[in-house]
Amino acid sequence: MLFQLRSKRFAYLAASIALTFVVSSCAGGGTDTSTEAPEGETAEAPAEGGGDLSGTIAIDGSSTVFPISEAMAEEFMAANNGVQVTVGTSGTGGGFEKFCAGETQISNASRIIEADEIAACEAAGIEFIELPVAQDALTVVVNPENDWAECMTIEQLNTMWAPEAQGTVSNWNQVDPSFPDAPLALYGPGTDSGTFDYFTDVVNGEEGASRGDYTSSEDDNVIVQGVVGDPNALGYFGYAYYEENADSLKAVQVDGGEGCVAPSAETVLDGSYAPLSRPLFVYVSTAALEEPHIQEFVNFYVDEANASLVEEVGYVPLGDELTPLVQARLENGVTGSAFAEAAEGASLPEILAQ
Amino acid sequence: MTVTDPNAFSQDDLAKQRFNPNLAGRYRLDNIFRIASWVATIAGLVVLAFLLIDVLVDGLPRLNWQFLTSFPSRSAERAGILAPLVGTVWLLFITALVAFPIGVGAGIFLEEFSTDNLFTRILEINIGNLAAVPSIIYGLLGLAVFVRVFVDITGGRTVFAAGLTLALLILPVIIVATREALRAVPDSLRLAGMALGATRWQTVREHVLPQAFPGILTGTILALSRAIGETAPLIVIGAQTFVPYIPSFREGGFSALPIQIFNWVGRPQAEFHTNAAAGIIVLMIVLLIMNATAIYLRNRFQAGKV
Repeated sequence: MLFQLRSKRFAYLAASIALTFVVSSCAGGGTDTSTEAPEGETAEAPAEGGGDLSGTIAIDGSSTVFPISEAMAEEFMAANNGVQVTVGTSGTGGGFEKFCAGETQISNASRIIEADEIAACEAAGIEFIELPVAQDALTVVVNPENDWAECMTIEQLNTMWAPEAQGTVSNWNQVDPSFPDAPLALYGPGTDSGTFDYFTDVVNGEEGASRGDYTSSEDDNVIVQGVVGDPNALGYFGYAYYEENADSLKAVQVDGGEGCVAPSAETVLDGSYAPLSRPLFVYVSTAALEEPHIQEFVNFYVDEANASLVEEVGYVPLGDELTPLVQARLENGVTGSAFAEAAEGASLPEILAQ
Repeated sequence: MTVTDPNAFSQDDLAKQRFNPNLAGRYRLDNIFRIASWVATIAGLVVLAFLLIDVLVDGLPRLNWQFLTSFPSRSAERAGILAPLVGTVWLLFITALVAFPIGVGAGIFLEEFSTDNLFTRILEINIGNLAAVPSIIYGLLGLAVFVRVFVDITGGRTVFAAGLTLALLILPVIIVATREALRAVPDSLRLAGMALGATRWQTVREHVLPQAFPGILTGTILALSRAIGETAPLIVIGAQTFVPYIPSFREGGFSALPIQIFNWVGRPQAEFHTNAAAGIIVLMIVLLIMNATAIYLRNRFQAGKV
């Protein structure tokens, strides 16, 4: 009896294990090619609906650009059933690592490609086209109870955020004598973030140079919470986070030398919200562009008709002036990074027109 | 002349002076300790209840069939959790299938078959250390070994490679749990088996292992629960955030629940935060199903023991 029971138990166990094996081999069966290869065409992709394109597209990189690529991929696949797009969020640096290793065909970036990343791509024989796809306004926010910081100059922001300010600037009246005697509580993104890189570059003159004694978080929602809960707080992040919390935050107007400008889609589009508006990029491998489905996808990405998708996910589209320039770059196959070579302080149209 | 211990009287006297039963004080201490342990228990439960209620209030209204059967989307209302859910179930299967036999096998060998020598001692120390290695290190190991070296077997950055990596991650935990469970089986069982002429394997198979099995299962489930919550190694292996199809075994990208939840939490729109809460509920349900299965299996094994 004992033996019977036990053998039953073992049989049960063996059967369930065998079943899992069968299931797993069925699901994985008949495929031994790596889909990392860009030419991996998926033959079994359903062909119903519009579009006779098929294939896979691998995108990875910045989590800031992710929502745009996600929206583009979603709409593109709705129109082209045979194409499968995956988007990852390894960060701008992690994305370039995969891109230059040939694992992805498109890389999302919230900053310009760096010299060592260009070198890595060159070494691997990967040429790329750099395409700005959207703009973002880095927004400086304070608590709504704050009635003194209506407009701040870049110099004032620098006084607050400079590395030298660490441990010394801790009161609002140190930033400007007209500000009240109130403790200064700073909130900002962590050092891994492209937002941090861009802000420190503009405000402190050097990418990555910032005081370290502020409350930092990789999750911008935490910064939102911090500023909402502290009347003396100041923080910065992408415009989308301000837009979603506009009723509980106050955006500070920024004076970049030509008067106070509030962050908004209009001021970013007309170029007046300078210097804290930044472009967001995708980098496309030229070899991948020879495949029709990737070519179509990138065309779709920079098409003016799809600019509404950019707005929908909380960013500012390129606008009438920049879009044709970006499309021309794509059409002419201009490789390399114009932004990395651009002169300091050059405007977006100037750089793209090169 | 009577022999008397000169110290006897004074010791007795001293003892009388020193021994103070102080029963009231001891019972008070007893009570204090009981209350302290009760508070410790309740504190954990309160935190858990708070978390659960918070997540349920946020996420339950969002949890519906559409959410479970849709692919990711830019609009929170249309977005769903199908691809990451399937990815996580895949990972669970592969991880359990690989880690369980190897881990239990290694545990049995170390506890029942090996002799105490330098080799096994080094092995033991290393297994103990491996259990404490941060998960991202396993991710890097998995990237180098399963994604790069064994690319022909795993297909690169696939759910298979990720499952193998997670299996590696929980292997030390399963080995340690297996050994603890085997150690709890009284030695008299082994001695009796061998005295009756059974071989070591027969004794282990027929008597020791069935006794230890509930404990082994519990340890395995705890380890698997850790594995399905892992994010860091999956990111290194190359889990994607936007996967618009059901991931297959060793082809194409995959996603997993923690990755999707993390992405939604970080989005600016409040609707995505609701999605994240609903995703957390789904993750908890997967976990509960897993635990329930383990308890069911454990009870079956315990019942069969009679």
